Amino acid sequence: MLQSWRKLYAKSENTQAYSLLSPALILVAVAMLVPMMLMLSFSFFTQVSMMEIDFSFTFQRYIDFFQKNLLVTLLIKSVKISFLVTLITLITAYPVCYYIAFYVKKNKMLWLVLLTLPFWTSYLLRVFSWKIILGTKGVINSSLINAGLLSEPLTFLMYSETAVVITLTHAWAAFALLPLYVSLEKIDFSLIEAGRDLGLSRFEVFWKITFPLSLPGVIGAILIIFIPTVGDYVTPALLGGTDGRMLSNMIQAYFGKANNIPLGAASATIMLTTVAIITIIVSNVTKRLTQRLS
Amino acid sequence: MNNSFIQINNISKHFADVKAVDDVSFEIKEGEFFSLLGPSGCGKTTLLRLLAGFEYPTTGNLFIDGVDITELSPDKRPTNMVFQNYAIFPHLNVEKNIQFGLRKLGLSNDEINNRVKDVLTLVKLEGYEERFSNQLSGGQRQRVALARALVRQPKVLLLDEPLGALDKKLRDEMQLELRTLQKNIGITFVFVTHDQQEAISMSDRVAVMNNGKIQQLSAPNELYKNPENIFVSDFIGETNFLKVMTKSSEGEFINASIEGLGEFKIKNNLNIAENSSDVVCSVRPESMMISKVKSDWDICLEAKIRQTSYLGEMTRFYVEAKGIDKVITVSSQHFDNQSFADNECFISISLEDISILNKK
Amino acid sequence: MNEKNNSLLIYTLIYFAFLYVPVLFLPLFSFNDADYMSFPLAGFTTEHYEEMWSKRNLHKALWASIKVGVVASVVSTVIALFAAKAFARYKFRGQKVSYGAIMMPFLIPEIILAVALLIIWINLGFKLGLVPVTIGHILFCTPFAMLILIARIEGFDFSLEEASRDLGESAWGTFYRVSFPLYLPGIVAALLLSFIISFDEFILAFFLTGSDATLPMYMWGQMRFVQKLPHVLALGAVILVFTTFIVLLAFWLRNLGQGKAKKDIGINL
Repeated sequence: MLQSWRKLYAKSENTQAYSLLSPALILVAVAMLVPMMLMLSFSFFTQVSMMEIDFSFTFQRYIDFFQKNLLVTLLIKSVKISFLVTLITLITAYPVCYYIAFYVKKNKMLWLVLLTLPFWTSYLLRVFSWKIILGTKGVINSSLINAGLLSEPLTFLMYSETAVVITLTHAWAAFALLPLYVSLEKIDFSLIEAGRDLGLSRFEVFWKITFPLSLPGVIGAILIIFIPTVGDYVTPALLGGTDGRMLSNMIQAYFGKANNIPLGAASATIMLTTVAIITIIVSNVTKRLTQRLS
Repeated sequence: MNNSFIQINNISKHFADVKAVDDVSFEIKEGEFFSLLGPSGCGKTTLLRLLAGFEYPTTGNLFIDGVDITELSPDKRPTNMVFQNYAIFPHLNVEKNIQFGLRKLGLSNDEINNRVKDVLTLVKLEGYEERFSNQLSGGQRQRVALARALVRQPKVLLLDEPLGALDKKLRDEMQLELRTLQKNIGITFVFVTHDQQEAISMSDRVAVMNNGKIQQLSAPNELYKNPENIFVSDFIGETNFLKVMTKSSEGEFINASIEGLGEFKIKNNLNIAENSSDVVCSVRPESMMISKVKSDWDICLEAKIRQTSYLGEMTRFYVEAKGIDKVITVSSQHFDNQSFADNECFISISLEDISILNKK
Repeated sequence: MNEKNNSLLIYTLIYFAFLYVPVLFLPLFSFNDADYMSFPLAGFTTEHYEEMWSKRNLHKALWASIKVGVVASVVSTVIALFAAKAFARYKFRGQKVSYGAIMMPFLIPEIILAVALLIIWINLGFKLGLVPVTIGHILFCTPFAMLILIARIEGFDFSLEEASRDLGESAWGTFYRVSFPLYLPGIVAALLLSFIISFDEFILAFFLTGSDATLPMYMWGQMRFVQKLPHVLALGAVILVFTTFIVLLAFWLRNLGQGKAKKDIGINL
């Protein structure tokens, strides 16, 4: 009995793989999927009072969401901010990765470790550092006032969309740097030399060879930055003010002071759906782009 | 001596829809140096891994020394393996590597030390006990792998292309050494290789595999002289294939009309069917003679040399003969380079060097 | 391209400055003897650091973070080790889907994980506290730990494990005598980095801690009051130094004995 059980077990790579995977899959199912399903069902309920929820099925929360101009505006703003952050992070990080992949000869790993080190330090602290810099009594303003160059602090620095974008760009840099570097590093350098040899200019070599080949890293970076930043909470809460507020801050409010769990759940669901749709669009567009370029 | 020491009975191994090993049956004798030979992907390594217990057969049974091992896990089998990449544990030194498999055997410390010492002498690695894998050369790693397996005194030693990673000279040396070692200790060796020269020079018997099936199982010289099918003929050594039509048969012989040569009575070892065009005729390059003047051999053709390549121990000629729309390869050790200056020559073939094979 | 490219080098150095300077303001101003963060610096003081000894709530939060971090990192590393082994070792049906599923918590907005866990936890009738935070952190750390371990195990020569089985070791004996010692640097790196992620994690903690604050929650509470900022600065600086040390240690371990260290910084999607 035991023997043939073992044989059956050993026979199938599928069984062996899935028995190793089961703890992780159970974790995801129990701690993520089930709670998310529950969240979804709560979005169809109604908050009657402080402690009371009406469990009858309704689409009203979704209608509420789209009727509240504020929420729709915040959703659009969240997407817009994330989009800007993703774009700026990619554009600023790309040359750095390019430099390390192609020009740095020794100790590439050290460069990379140094680039990603700030990422591992507390997210909260990194956001907080920007508050120190940009705040009304922060480094820039108080230094300028002390030097007698300003009489009033520059308010646009803090509590604004700009502040949120700058801070997020800084906070998510590592997520652009790593995938970009990996895909650039993989490029066989002789391809670039071949391009030059065949008479392409440096610029043409970049657009026709290097960039298309680095696209997997670009896509990876886009997704890995865009998706989480849509739901960012800390940065807008600390630095956003009313101008830089994002949807997450409202979701938090519905679960806290505003106490409307169903509407909060509906908002979270809408956020997730938006992210999913954008993810699908991005991967399809880039897939097509890759095919056209290659 | 036990003639069916290892029994492989109707073994098949399927990976998804690939039949890596396809209903194979044969036996290996005790104390034999047995080789599994074939191109990559032919199923030889899978068969070896089935013997070791790293894979379990889809169907069929395996016996070693009368014991059914089909369902035993690798640690319960009387086999040990020398891996292709040697798989020396990088975190253990040579001595610890060799001792690794002795822990479970319940030996006394003295016995363990003696065995390790003996096996180190056997593979000529005395003094290397403290070294780690990355401080050893390829040949030394191979010896450690060998020692680590032999120290357990297995009934069968499985070797998975153990010489593949070595350079040519060392490989030749190790071939000879392995062969001597095997004769001295008398353990059954099952040796997997894709190198026909290696299999032929070392083995008592060779099984040639292709597409998961045994193509021919015989002594090395038989493989070369009497290949049973077109695959074996092509895989072992080099050969020229010519078009042929069989006619009527006469006892041991069959009449055959060979492209460009004419009709002959050829020995029919393989029961080739009469009046068949689904056959092919094979002539080894080195069985032919190339000469300036006509010879009195069974067949002598006028030919033109198209190209010559000098290979050191012999020279290979690519020639065109009348009536044969294919370049024929002839190898020769003895000839006078000057005499073929005009590229005119004769090639001679003896009837006994022609074999007729089924295409399938 | 063997030539140099100075403009790219200068750009890269500016980028480094962009990454590091903001973070370095924390330790810089933590020694400044003033409530405002401004240049020129007012004077050197360690008073903000000394203050930390007396804050009982800080000690409580620190202890809470350590507890959560240790449990979360150990559990997620163990789960991730099994999963990483499956991905590095086997080809199986549904491989991509499983990988995607396990990576999900790493990808989707954290606030959604937090909200979903919050709803289920309250509705099961449990009290908020460190337990749900730990569960959330395990969920969130597992993909990280798995990425680190896959990188370590991917280059692993699995014939070593076969050799061990072949030499008579059981499956567990093989794990103990061969796999574990060889995976160890990766395992420790995964433990350390998971611990740091948990230690610094804010959003899950924000929704799920209830009244048992973790260290980031404690800091968050202090940040609202301008007069307490120097104190947060000092605490932040200490955390910064501690984190940097642990992360460097983890990086060093991860690359230990790994000739080809290129692949392992890959975040695969």
